[in-house]
Order: sequence, then C-alpha cells, then structure tokens
Amino acid sequence: MILFGITALVMLASSIAAVALRNLVHCALAVGLAFAGLAALYLQLGAQFAGFAQVLVYLGAVAILIVFAILLTGGSEPQREPLVSPGSWGGLVVALGVFIVLAAVILSSKSTAVPPGAPPPASVRQLGEELMTRYILPLEVLGLLLTAALIGAVIIAMREPEPD
Amino acid sequence: MTPLQSCLIVSALLFAIGLGGALARRNAIIVLIGIELMLNAANLNFIAFWRFAPHPPAQTGIVFVIFSIGIAAAEAAVGLALIIAIYRHRRTTRLDQINSMRG
Repeated sequence: MILFGITALVMLASSIAAVALRNLVHCALAVGLAFAGLAALYLQLGAQFAGFAQVLVYLGAVAILIVFAILLTGGSEPQREPLVSPGSWGGLVVALGVFIVLAAVILSSKSTAVPPGAPPPASVRQLGEELMTRYILPLEVLGLLLTAALIGAVIIAMREPEPD
Repeated sequence: MTPLQSCLIVSALLFAIGLGGALARRNAIIVLIGIELMLNAANLNFIAFWRFAPHPPAQTGIVFVIFSIGIAAAEAAVGLALIIAIYRHRRTTRLDQINSMRG
C-alpha cells in the first residue's frame, strides 16, 4: 500500500509537470516518467503483460515520437508567453469540476467498496491463448488499423512536391 | 478507502490533469500529451476493475488494455504527423494561431 502511494504520487507529480512546464523538452521527459510510473502501477496490480506493453509502447515509442515532434517543430526553445492564456482558465475549472464529480461518485458508490479478493490468474500463456482464440478478430482489426495509421502518418508528414 | 477506490481516485486525478492540460494550454504538442494522459487514466481503470472486482472474467481487463494501448499508439503517430504537417505550412504549433477556417 505504501509502495502504491509513492508510485502514484511520483506518477501524478510528473504528469502535472508534463502539462505545466514551460520548456517542451522538460514536458517530454516528465511525460516519460509518468508513463513509467503507470507501468509500475500495473505491475503492482498484477498485470505483468500490460505493464511491459506500457513500457514498450508508451516509453519506447510514444515518448520518443513526442520528442521527435518537439525537435522537428522547433519547440525546444522556451517560450515567453503566459502559461495559461487568459481565455482558458475555464478549462482548468472544468477539469477541477470533473475531478470533484468523479471523486464524489467513486467514494459514495457501493460497488467500489468491495474488499480486495484474491488476484485473478494472469499468466501470459492464458493471455496468448485468449488473444488467439476468443479475441482473434479484434486482434486482426487492430493490426489493420496500425498498418493504416503507419501509412497515413508517413503520407501526412511527407514533404509535398513543390507545385510548378 | 478500499484499494479499488484508491486506484480509481488516482485515475480520476490523472484524467483531470490530462483534461486541464488539453483545455488550458495552447501548444498542440502539450494538448496531445494531455490526451495521452487521459487515455492512460482509462487504462488504469480497466486494470483496477480487473484486479479488484468481485468476479472478473479471466483476462478481459488485460486484453482491453492491450487493445487500448495499440489504438493509442496509432492515435499518437497520426496526431504528431498532423502537427508536423501543420507546422510546415503555418510555421507554428500554437493552436490559437491556426484559425484560418474560423467563421
């Protein structure tokens, strides 16, 4: 429980830093730390495969993509603008309201007040068998989606030929 | 507070942080980071319910999270490619300066 609290605190602090820092490169580093903290939370909850998939995909691919995008768009210089633009304080108020409503529902609901039972079985072998039998169609659709996203991302970001 | 509730509170906080970042910042990359944080909060909810719900079906929570991670990876790749394409045309990633289709 203490370990869970420490991991959650580190993860939440780095995610606040990821959206609140001024320098975009620091934001990318902080979001990497937040993803790593989430992977540690998954491992503590007994979901080993999801934790390692989180490390591989988010820490290994998405964080690197964000760094690439920052460098390609020249955003590594710190900006001299107000952190929250004047018209967007409403966004913070909305986020705070969403959190208050969610927390009230979570704490007052009877269905979340269950005592923790034994951890469900989570061997990677079972997971692979389920993915290859019951979830085979979603898996194939996901593969198709990833292929389409790969081709689409390359085409969108490709330099267009100069019109003559 | 039960472990399930503490997990859900952490996840609600993460969602609120991502939402605040996506709504209040004006840089497109930070907005995308906020969206990723919100997706991760949903994944944490899946894992928490899979672990602590009274009778979870064997692997459903983890399978859901794996598919969600795959979709999020595709979304991040396309989103960042769009940001790079817009930067090439407009020389900015600030969302309040990308307003040429404003009515």
